Amino acid sequence: MTAGTMNISHPRLPQWAPALVGVMALAVAGLPALLAGWSPVTWLIAGTTVFLVAMPSWSRVVEGRRAAVDRLVTALIWTAFAVAVSPLVWLLYVVVRSGLPAVNADFLSYSMLNVIGDEQGGIFHALIGTLLITLAAALISVPIGILTGVYLVEYGKQSRTARIITFLVDVMTGIPSIVAGLFALALLVLLFGTAFRAGIGGSIALSLLMIPTVVRSSEEMMRLVPDDLREASYALGVPKWRTITRVVLPTSLAGIVTGVVLAISRVIGETAPLLVVAGATDGVNTNLFDGRMTTLPVFIFSQYASSTPVGYQRAWGGALVLIALVMVLNLVARIIGRVFAPAKAH
Amino acid sequence: MTATASQERTESTGPSPPSRRGDRVFSGTVRTAGLTILLALVAVFVFLAIEGWAGLTSDAATYAPFSSFGSYIVPLMVSTLLASAIALVVAVPFAIAVALFISHYAPRRLAAALGYVIDLLAAVPSVVFGLWGGRYLAAYLQPAHVWLHDHLGILPILGDPSPNGRSLFTAGIVLAIMIMPIMTAISREVFLQTPLLHEEAALALGATRWEMIRYAVFPYSRSGMLAGIMLGLGRALGETMAVAMVLATTPTTTLNVIATASPPTIAANIALNYKEATPERQSLLIATGLVLFVVTFLVNFAARWVAGRSTRRMAR
Repeated sequence: MTAGTMNISHPRLPQWAPALVGVMALAVAGLPALLAGWSPVTWLIAGTTVFLVAMPSWSRVVEGRRAAVDRLVTALIWTAFAVAVSPLVWLLYVVVRSGLPAVNADFLSYSMLNVIGDEQGGIFHALIGTLLITLAAALISVPIGILTGVYLVEYGKQSRTARIITFLVDVMTGIPSIVAGLFALALLVLLFGTAFRAGIGGSIALSLLMIPTVVRSSEEMMRLVPDDLREASYALGVPKWRTITRVVLPTSLAGIVTGVVLAISRVIGETAPLLVVAGATDGVNTNLFDGRMTTLPVFIFSQYASSTPVGYQRAWGGALVLIALVMVLNLVARIIGRVFAPAKAH
Repeated sequence: MTATASQERTESTGPSPPSRRGDRVFSGTVRTAGLTILLALVAVFVFLAIEGWAGLTSDAATYAPFSSFGSYIVPLMVSTLLASAIALVVAVPFAIAVALFISHYAPRRLAAALGYVIDLLAAVPSVVFGLWGGRYLAAYLQPAHVWLHDHLGILPILGDPSPNGRSLFTAGIVLAIMIMPIMTAISREVFLQTPLLHEEAALALGATRWEMIRYAVFPYSRSGMLAGIMLGLGRALGETMAVAMVLATTPTTTLNVIATASPPTIAANIALNYKEATPERQSLLIATGLVLFVVTFLVNFAARWVAGRSTRRMAR
């Protein structure tokens, strides 16, 4: 529109323009930052603001309005991403910094039994509780989840029942965890009386939260198995159920295991349902079917709720261990998915 | 089409006599597993209703300091809605921007890794978010409370600011961080499903990248984005620990989201009071849980319905 008679295209800013403006924006913000002694975070925020104004303005002058809007949006989107990631970085930093001093061999191997005041306590009982409750939850939800996946992919196909199940599984992923906990509580209370608390209730609640994830991932993985493999198996006279257990499931095994591990990592940090149904105790309890059982997240919460310096300290230590557990599980899941998936598909 | 074709094929594989029973047992087993899930959902509703029924019509003392179920749950409901609204207002722009960043802006080689970073945010347990929110974020956001009160204090929701930042506002921010990953994940997937031809056509007509996104990507993914937002809302309504740990709670009624103390959300109220609950109080808490379940179920139901109308793949 504004192009001269000679130019067919608009003039463009050179490729290095954003980098140049970025450096200059930081420099411009750096001057008052040095003088007024701002923190690095304030400096970065000021620099970003300068960039958000300067870059579109320059572009407006040289390239025109539309390009300027484009540059503004690009800058905003990069900024938004940086802002969105910052809580994660900050949180991880805080957890490691506050948690490390609390974690030592005693912290990992002692329970809170008979620990008074500032004495060294530990998370051993919580680790045992988390391990048992999560394992039991996996034992309940993995078979149901995978078999449902088989039903949806191999038997249900487009049938009405299968569509309803798929839809409700999706809806189920959104059940608040506290509701799952209340459900388990209501179940136990109805069966065993109002004061009954047990670890197995926590497992029931967690499996309700795990099942949708397991169904989704096993369904998705089994859909990836090429029909050729199934047909080849049928052609050899192998019955359908043998085809599924011998061909389809092994082929998609890596993906399914990845899904299961991710599901476990999701529920291992659940607090609310366990708080309600498994309760909390200071000692080690290895019986899932009787008595209260502390898990790691509940331990963190009750230490936090105690509002004492040593309680906060223990809470941070527990948080570090919990985050490490979750991250390791995540990593293991990705590695399983990465390493075994292609090798199996032949 | 392929599905129906293969179905016909497998069902008409008439003669395979030795395997008939194994097949029947196996298909029965997997069908039972599927039906178990339906049964579980019904059971959730039924058990909550059975145990919570008494909580709806107890004697007045149970609802102290209120006198009936209605007046007990209204402040909780208001807090729940306010916190979720704050979370949505903050999280939606970020979620869409981050999804766009990963689908259209980030260097292609980095995109997958950056998406993984956002997924990590979803992996952080809620209790850790609560710990961080209560011990660090609240203090950092306290000046923001004062600023909001000074500049926008005429709004009834921005009354006297909290001295320590442990307000509904801070809880809403923590919720926003927690629900952003799910909204990002779903928006990202619908953005990536925009037909490449539409995008290339827009660019070929001389559109800038933003114009291409506005006129080709957004119209195509509107319902997917809406579904993502509603799923985020569902999460925010039911999130417990972050609110329970950040918010300083009292059973008063206030609309002031930056107040020193607010009524807890429904979910947080359950978590905070389960311990000293008498059987009547326990029924009451279960009854509020039933309300929460019905509300979140409806929100999620609507979200999946909206999502299902566009594509099925993006449900996750």
